[in-house]
Amino acid sequence: MSKDSNGHIEIINKTENEIKEINKLNQVVLQTIKLTKKFGGLIAVNNFDLKVYKGEISSLIGPNGAGKTTVFNVVTGIYQADGGKVIFKGEDLAGKKPHQIIEKGIARTFQNIRLFNNMTCLENVMAGQHCRSREGVRSSIFRTSSQRKEESEIREIAKRRLQQVGLWKYRDELAKNIAYGNQRLLEIARALASNPDLLILDEPSSGLNDKESEDLVKFLKDLLKENLTILLIEHDMNVVMGISDWVTVMDEGKKIAEGKPEEVYHNPIVIEAYLGKEEEEES
Amino acid sequence: MKLNENTILKNWPIFLVIALLAVSPFMMNNYWIDVFFFFGIYALLGLSLNIVLGEVGLFDLGHMGFMAIGAYTTAILNTHFGIPIIFLMPVSALAAAGFAWLVCSPIIHLRGDYLCIVTIGMGEIVRLTLINNPFGITGGPNGVFGIDFLSFGGPLVIDTSIESYFVIWIIVGLSILGLINLQRSRIGRAWNCIREDEIAAESTGIDVRYYKLLAFVLGAGLAGVAGNIYASKLMIVSPESFTFMESCMLFCIVLIGGMGSIPGVLIGSAAISLFPEVFRTFAQYRMLIFGVAMVVMMIFRPGGIWPRKRGAIEFKSLLPKAGEDNV
Ligand SMILES: Nc1ncnc2c1ncn2[C@@H]1O[C@H](COP(=O)(O)OP(=O)(O)OP(=O)(O)O)[C@@H](O)[C@H]1O
Ligand SMILES: [Mg+2]
Repeated sequence: MSKDSNGHIEIINKTENEIKEINKLNQVVLQTIKLTKKFGGLIAVNNFDLKVYKGEISSLIGPNGAGKTTVFNVVTGIYQADGGKVIFKGEDLAGKKPHQIIEKGIARTFQNIRLFNNMTCLENVMAGQHCRSREGVRSSIFRTSSQRKEESEIREIAKRRLQQVGLWKYRDELAKNIAYGNQRLLEIARALASNPDLLILDEPSSGLNDKESEDLVKFLKDLLKENLTILLIEHDMNVVMGISDWVTVMDEGKKIAEGKPEEVYHNPIVIEAYLGKEEEEES
Repeated sequence: MKLNENTILKNWPIFLVIALLAVSPFMMNNYWIDVFFFFGIYALLGLSLNIVLGEVGLFDLGHMGFMAIGAYTTAILNTHFGIPIIFLMPVSALAAAGFAWLVCSPIIHLRGDYLCIVTIGMGEIVRLTLINNPFGITGGPNGVFGIDFLSFGGPLVIDTSIESYFVIWIIVGLSILGLINLQRSRIGRAWNCIREDEIAAESTGIDVRYYKLLAFVLGAGLAGVAGNIYASKLMIVSPESFTFMESCMLFCIVLIGGMGSIPGVLIGSAAISLFPEVFRTFAQYRMLIFGVAMVVMMIFRPGGIWPRKRGAIEFKSLLPKAGEDNV
């Protein structure tokens, strides 16, 4: 069997069952197969194949408008796919709603931060555990002892996550009142609060300064120790090169390359896609 | 909650209000006791609408429809079958809640202004149906009369103003306790998350549809209880008590007081029910004055008179924004 540069077994000309077997060996956590999403006449994602391997940091890169965010939105159930499949831990996610998908173990952040602005930082992270808690209406109205116990557990976990991203001191601040860089971190903390298997981040370093980006890279690498897998969309090449185990490049809805960061970096097709776009923008 | 010295000191305004409400009826004549009774009814209705409008940010301008269902359930079952009012209280709550579940299920995905229009329609359909006297049970425009007093069995019959005053305010008090507990639970948080950002809420694991419906069902149930007490106090219910204008009044209560704020609801309902009594001579300008008050409020105190502590929720932040759905 042929292997790619990262030691993943290649799947070329295999039947569906063989693919399943190989994915198990490769420990593929998330896979999209021929994923397609259209907006009217525009094909934003076109027969797109993506694989995310367990315990790695994978990056999805590509020029503006390539369809990266749309892939995330389909994976997390915000949009329904027009074709193809999303497989997470061997299960087809078709037709699942976003709140069910986070329960399965995929938590996300947004490109343009979406926090609960008029709630405190602590409440934001506590909300992240919604799918991991159970107490219902009756026990909440009467504040039963089991409800209070669960509530204090939620608070404990939220505290840990806030400390982890270094925002515990802002716990009682409203989310809208903290600095932009901290809002990005808060969104990650909220996603982590659901204790996900796969964390997907849409341009986590956008709007951060160099120092903050560096800290973010360190933070994400540290996260891998928690038995987590990370998929991110990233524009900042320094971040991508410094952090990724595996890079997938997309352009105009299609996958144009994948591999280790340095391979991708020197791939003429990738350079072409990026440079072409830059020249267009400059002229 | 342990009632030690500290809690009393820290929450002294609350205890002051409770004490005032407890002693004031003994210093008022029956007329004013009744005014305060209706203050209580408005407070209960305001609290029930606050779940939907204040906590979740859903525009509901047909809320009186739910109260009407509760009031008529009590009126009809009591006058036709002689079921005691006390047993009809949970029945009315369930009837209103069930009705809310039935009519809101298909429309719950609508947002902002669309939902608002549909709830107006819903409230009006309830009222018109009552006027049309289906199966001859609602009494048409005259309504249903001859409803019993609330009775706890034996000599414990609530037939004086002061007694009904205590009944409504005890129910308001208990509701507030339950609602505060809800606010501090994962359910209250889920509601607020939906109000802040629906897409983020859904992606954070909150079943937006379920929690919106839950808010309507609980809000309607509480309005149903208000309907039950109202019916037994007045001994008559008629469609004209449940007009669109009344629904607007409830909307004002929540907006004036401060969305999602329980003290705000109390202040708002005090304003709506006591103001026309204090300024009797201006009674005919009531609507005009409220209109002006609303406009002034929106400009100078968009979060309401007593906004929820952790950050005022401005009415305009609930209005749909262009491009909000772009993720
Ligand atoms: N909801 C939508 N309706 C219509 N078109 C959309 C929608 N969302 C995205 N698109 C279009 O799909 C294409 C891909 O957009 P997408 O946001 O996925 O790109 P992206 O790779 O994330 O780009 P960027 O790097 O700028 O974030 C773009 O042409 C965009 O205009
Ligand atoms: Mg994007």
